[in-house]
Amino acid sequence: MEQVSTNNNNQSEGLAQGEDEIPLKLKLKRAERMRKYRAMALIAPLFLFILGVFAIPIAIMMWRAIDNPEVVDNLPQTAIELSNWDGESTPTTALTTAFASDLVKAYEDKTASTVAKRLNYDVSGMRSLVTRTARKFNSTQPAMATMDDFIKADKRWADLRYWQALKRASSSLTPFYVLNAFDMKINDEGQITSVPEGQAIYTNIFWRTMWIAGVVTVGSLLIGFPIAYLLANTSSKVSNLLMFCVLLPFWTSLLVRTSAWVVLLQKNGVVNSTLINLGLINEPMTLLFARPGVYIAFLHLLVPFVVLPLYSVMTSISPAYMRAAESLGAHPAIAFVRVYLPQTLPGIGAGGILAFILAIGYYITPALIGGPQDQMLSYFIANHANSTLNWGLASALGMVLLVTTMILFSIYNRLTGASGVKMG
Amino acid sequence: MKLQPYATFGQKVWFYTFLTIAGGGLLFLVLPILVIMPLSFNGSSFLSYPLDGFSLRWYAEVFQSEVWVRAIKNSLIIGSASAFLATVLGTMAAMGLTQANFRGKGAVNALLVSPMIVPIVISALGLYFFFAEIGLNATYTGLILAHTALGAPFVVITVTATLQGFDNTLMRAASSLGANPVKVFFAVVLPLILPGVVSGALFAFATSFDEVVVVLFSAGPEQRTLPRQMFDGIKENITPAIMAAATLLIAFALALLSVLEYLRRRSEKLNSPS
Repeated sequence: MEQVSTNNNNQSEGLAQGEDEIPLKLKLKRAERMRKYRAMALIAPLFLFILGVFAIPIAIMMWRAIDNPEVVDNLPQTAIELSNWDGESTPTTALTTAFASDLVKAYEDKTASTVAKRLNYDVSGMRSLVTRTARKFNSTQPAMATMDDFIKADKRWADLRYWQALKRASSSLTPFYVLNAFDMKINDEGQITSVPEGQAIYTNIFWRTMWIAGVVTVGSLLIGFPIAYLLANTSSKVSNLLMFCVLLPFWTSLLVRTSAWVVLLQKNGVVNSTLINLGLINEPMTLLFARPGVYIAFLHLLVPFVVLPLYSVMTSISPAYMRAAESLGAHPAIAFVRVYLPQTLPGIGAGGILAFILAIGYYITPALIGGPQDQMLSYFIANHANSTLNWGLASALGMVLLVTTMILFSIYNRLTGASGVKMG
Repeated sequence: MKLQPYATFGQKVWFYTFLTIAGGGLLFLVLPILVIMPLSFNGSSFLSYPLDGFSLRWYAEVFQSEVWVRAIKNSLIIGSASAFLATVLGTMAAMGLTQANFRGKGAVNALLVSPMIVPIVISALGLYFFFAEIGLNATYTGLILAHTALGAPFVVITVTATLQGFDNTLMRAASSLGANPVKVFFAVVLPLILPGVVSGALFAFATSFDEVVVVLFSAGPEQRTLPRQMFDGIKENITPAIMAAATLLIAFALALLSVLEYLRRRSEKLNSPS
């Protein structure tokens, strides 16, 4: 900008005032535009990097939650015939023939097991049904197959619900996994219903995740608030020293802190033996691989995240307000609740939401410290991705976790954006 | 915080109760970390007090075992490579973000910090599928790229914060004196924002050095890192050797903390209008 105006001054010596007006504006605009382009060029490398190495891979993964290629790709003729079938009448010979020949082909290509696994997600037992039928047809190689041939191969085919499951799985996109993540399914009549009580898993897991995160958020606020208050209201020498107690765990590796709690919370670990020596308990408590251990370890991880924004807010609160309230006759407790506490709300909100967001996403700590009843959404996402290899369901559960996180983060952003709460 | 000489009995009780609660909270934060350190010097393999004599055997086990040494090496390689990339890309982006306003800046900013917010399991799974497609699973390149993405937001945030206190006229002065933009950056801007850049780099390094979920999904046996090695140790059989590794990492955290504190003070001094 500086350059632009100097150039302009040089020129204006020889130019009339009126003609000068437009070039100046233009030049300013051009310089501004150059600045903008330069800024964008600086941002572009990281932007493209994050887009390519982070955002797009996650978007592709989310796509798996509705992607349904198994039947369409491996039983192509069957998929076409299934779209013509009404789902209630006896399957036509055209359909059964197409299915038989696709099955033989899939068996030869060794893709029949992929199809069988996919169908088994919907109706259990269908894996064996499909592989058995494929094997039988492969040995007879029929040119044509009727409904009777299928029933001969396995009498379960007489039950239309297996054909309906096949039809449900034959579209290229499916709501199946997303519904599954909410413990819902499309029943044989084509309506969305809840799965039977005994099979409902994931809504429980979701609420368990929210509950654990909620408990530790409230807990870390209760522990963090007095710490932040103490830090904000002592001499800077003392507060620097005490701040160290908050920052050391903050910077210490998550694995180190988790391993510390595994050691401390063991049956004959430091916590139990200390409590027994003090005479507070007689029998060692079960803390590890149980809920109390998870709460304790989570609190230890999250308190620093709550203390930092609270501290930032509290240092900017003038002590004059409290003094004014007390000098006007308010009881200190009332002055605190009515005058001080409301001023810390942005910090409580920011710290609380941050703790909650972090808590719902933790994977390592509950995996190492919790028992089977303490595992949260992250564990089931990893489990379906690694062990059961049900990637559609892993992605659908991931979508639930990601959307929840994004909603919370937008609230967090609004809170911190408006009040200027800083981390650290 | 101090007790006024005219405080009533109730106020005194409340004051000491408060100190106990806050002090208890602080102890809860540091004690677990301090308590496990002596266990790494235990003579026997028990992880409880009292200690059976003093011994450095667990440290010897860590430094003499090929697995642990390789894990430490891998963590250092992946950590420094990804911190370097994250620092270069992140500093450039922070310069761009503070220099001009344009439409969609908020959205761009949100994308740049997203790796910090997305739950790590989701990032790890997305990267695992993606790397499977392009053959980057079980490679150093894959892990370095992944950790660069996870560390870069911290660089963007710290450098942006430092640039907020930066006087832009200095840049104009330098360019009006004929320096090209690259020279302006290295001769004028970088020396002044260096504390922010270095703490961003340390943040990125610590992020990679601490990361285990992406490693669990995407690394092969060749790329085992220190946290991964600890994860397996805790899961299978926790020995004082794990505590020795933990103690080394705590010492590392202390060093990091001191450097950051030094940088913070320096940057405060530089930016204060004296």
